[in-house]
Amino acid sequence: MSALRFEPDDKYNAFLTVCKAPEGGNGKLSGIPVAVKDNISTQGIETTCASKILKGYIPPYDAHAVELVKAAGAAIAGKTNMDEFGMGTSTENSAFGPTLNPRDTGRVPGGSSGGSAAAVASGMVRMALGTDTGGSIRCPASFCGIVGLKPTYGRVSRYGLIAYANSLETIGPMAANVLDVSLLMSVIAGHDRHDATSQDRPYSHTPSADIKGTRIGIPQEYFGAGVDPAVAAVVKKAIGRLEELGAVTVPCSIPSMEYALAAYYVICTSEASSNLARFDGVRYGPAVEIKKSWHAAFQDARREGFGPEVRRRIMLGTFALSSGYYGKYYAKAQIARENIRKDFARLFADVDVLCGPTMPTIAFKLGEKSDPLSMYLSDILTVPVNLAGIPAISVPCGTVQDMPVGLQIMGRPFEDERVIDVAYAYEQGGQP
Amino acid sequence: MTGPEPETQVVVGLEVHCQLDTKSKLFCSCSTDYRNDGPNTHVCPICLGLPGTMPMVNKKVIEYAMKVAKALNCEIAEESEFARKNYFYPDLNKAYQITQYDKPLALGGYVEIEGDDGKERKIQLTRIHVEEDPGRLVYMGNAERGRYSLVDYNRAGIPLIEIVSEPEMRSPKEARKFLNKLRATLEYLGVFDSDKEGSLRVDANISIKGSERVEVKNITSYKGVEKALTFEVTRQKNLLRRGLKVDRETRHYLEARGITQSARSKEMENDYRYFPEPDLRPLRVKSWVKDIALPELPDARRERFVAQYGCSLNHARTLTGELKTANFFEAVVAKNKDSCTLAATWIADTLTGELNYRDMGIDGVDPVKFAGLIALLKAGTITDKSGVEVLRAMLDEQHKGETVETPQAIVKRLNLGKTAGDDGAIHAAIKEAISENPKAIEDYRAGKKGAMNFLVGQVMKKTRGRADPGELNKLMETALKSLE
Repeated sequence: MSALRFEPDDKYNAFLTVCKAPEGGNGKLSGIPVAVKDNISTQGIETTCASKILKGYIPPYDAHAVELVKAAGAAIAGKTNMDEFGMGTSTENSAFGPTLNPRDTGRVPGGSSGGSAAAVASGMVRMALGTDTGGSIRCPASFCGIVGLKPTYGRVSRYGLIAYANSLETIGPMAANVLDVSLLMSVIAGHDRHDATSQDRPYSHTPSADIKGTRIGIPQEYFGAGVDPAVAAVVKKAIGRLEELGAVTVPCSIPSMEYALAAYYVICTSEASSNLARFDGVRYGPAVEIKKSWHAAFQDARREGFGPEVRRRIMLGTFALSSGYYGKYYAKAQIARENIRKDFARLFADVDVLCGPTMPTIAFKLGEKSDPLSMYLSDILTVPVNLAGIPAISVPCGTVQDMPVGLQIMGRPFEDERVIDVAYAYEQGGQP
Repeated sequence: MTGPEPETQVVVGLEVHCQLDTKSKLFCSCSTDYRNDGPNTHVCPICLGLPGTMPMVNKKVIEYAMKVAKALNCEIAEESEFARKNYFYPDLNKAYQITQYDKPLALGGYVEIEGDDGKERKIQLTRIHVEEDPGRLVYMGNAERGRYSLVDYNRAGIPLIEIVSEPEMRSPKEARKFLNKLRATLEYLGVFDSDKEGSLRVDANISIKGSERVEVKNITSYKGVEKALTFEVTRQKNLLRRGLKVDRETRHYLEARGITQSARSKEMENDYRYFPEPDLRPLRVKSWVKDIALPELPDARRERFVAQYGCSLNHARTLTGELKTANFFEAVVAKNKDSCTLAATWIADTLTGELNYRDMGIDGVDPVKFAGLIALLKAGTITDKSGVEVLRAMLDEQHKGETVETPQAIVKRLNLGKTAGDDGAIHAAIKEAISENPKAIEDYRAGKKGAMNFLVGQVMKKTRGRADPGELNKLMETALKSLE
């Protein structure tokens, strides 16, 4: 074990906690500082989910992924900023101020893993752990011009990830290039008995740039209404490059995508309303006024401790699960989810991967999306992947107005290796 | 003016929560043996519900629950599922309880009881499901006025099964019998320890046929069930008799006062917002059923006691009603192979009565010493009456924590050996009785039969029951004749 010096000049508010002298060890990640999103539990290091309600909470245990990263010799460099509990697409919903996009500090880094993306994009760390519930790794990777992988659901243990929407989310690797993403993935993937939804599917892959004959589906919905034509053009050009590298493209369609966003927001808010109920001011966060009755005190604690977006989602989810509404919302959302899964399965019977833009636009300006609904709409291209539980990667593929654009590559369940390969092929041979 | 007695057919259904006696908790590996330890000593990040932790199902709990389901003739579901029951309460660390909702582990089944009409009857079960126990609140001072309360999470995550019956019991007494039978079955299966504080909790639904149903919550003892329900029957009947109606409501049982009390406001009623637990996969365990071996259960043991030891049906029922009693009986008869019915009578009637009187369990009673007592009775060394005295002496010694003497030693110390015919003491007692009761002698001479019995009773008193009744009768007759 050896202590590193880690004193970054954090101009972008990427870190909530900086570990100035992190311990490293021997292994695959020996001596590499790795930043960890603040919703992943780190023993002895404050973990707040960028929420006031968890201020001062120091977990007594490491998340399984953190344990693995440490065991591989990495040094935990610090905890990164995010949208509170992962609820957002810009990292503006942090109780501790927004993270700025290193490419243009007037713009958001994307979210919710904006701190991790900014820390990597600015070169403060070589790699970072993010989490992806509806695009939270891929969106900031796209906006900041780095690589981010949302692994297959069940491939990386969620144990220690402070749950926002259990059935949708996963921990995943973020780095400046595909090889580092692959390396970090090889450390964190695998079965964990503490996570009943985890699968025994370790990852030990050496990326290959040979994609000759790979069949790539191009869903028309990824280039339709709401997608900035300039972004679409950059991505189409990137797909053209993949064809030149030997891939075959096939036009296709995901009709169920129409319901994806609605289904996603019903499921994630429902699960969140239950997950976040434990934060009642008794065990975590600022002390509660005990002169009041318990019910009154915890209502105060929650009103003051949660930010407006978190409160909004808790209320939406509580409503969706209420008796008399469960069938109209939660149960219906599950049907839509099943249809999306089936649509993907149908497409993957014919093609190996699907390609499209990661985000419909480039990074927006700070404060630009003040209306929550327009913010939700920007998740349209990322949430279907979480609903289906499949792997997807975002890899930089050009710029619009000098801001990065991400190419999203989606694959069959447990074929994280293949999306990595396609991303690697593009990275190696993409820019002429 | 009161009208005619209203129709009062009572209908009772029970929801019984039992802690399963596994070594570790339902969703983590913390020990369940917390009762003698300080608060919050049997906890870990998982059972404390710390952010980011996830439940892991303890396979043993599912096996135990399936054992119960098989013993109670339930159908194991092809697929069952855990669900979250969401509500805010300080003892509930995650603000939801992981339980089972619309896909329970087991469906159907029955418990057979002896109904009030003396006939065996099957009480059908609705379902059995598995869930976690919440923590426990410790009030500082009074629950209403105390300034604050403390929370102990040792109990959080202890495995529970909830057994739900159909509303098929017809009286509080039948409910008690149902519960006793259930307890016996669980104990025979070795999955439940009824001696552990808080190991059983019951909610009861009770109605008078044709009226609204009342739910009585928070009953924590076997006797409490019968008491709470008896109170409710009386309360509901009184309402109906006065021409009032029974409100559909939830009431709490106040154990100390033996009454039920309305659980006030509707605004406290929860919408539990059940949904499937996303951190656990559905259980598909039906195929395990065939590998689950069941031990001999209470009914089978009862039949065996009748067949093998010649016990009466009533004695066999009492003896097998609790696992410990049944084991005790078999330990005693192992030492007294030719005194089975004698042992059965003495255990089912005498010992059980004496234990109840002292509020003692059968646990501490030494079957070897008890077998010695049976042997003395069988050999005619002591009378039945002396036998009871010996037993009482033994139990009193045990109760006081003293060393329990052998029955032989007690007989010797208290001089309880049966008097022989030529014993001087008995002749002296007869003489005394005759000289002290001239009125009885007159009556005897006048031909009143009762006089003779009275005199025999006097002698019995003087010899403290040591005299053999048959022998004494003969001696007394001779003595009285010799007076003439």
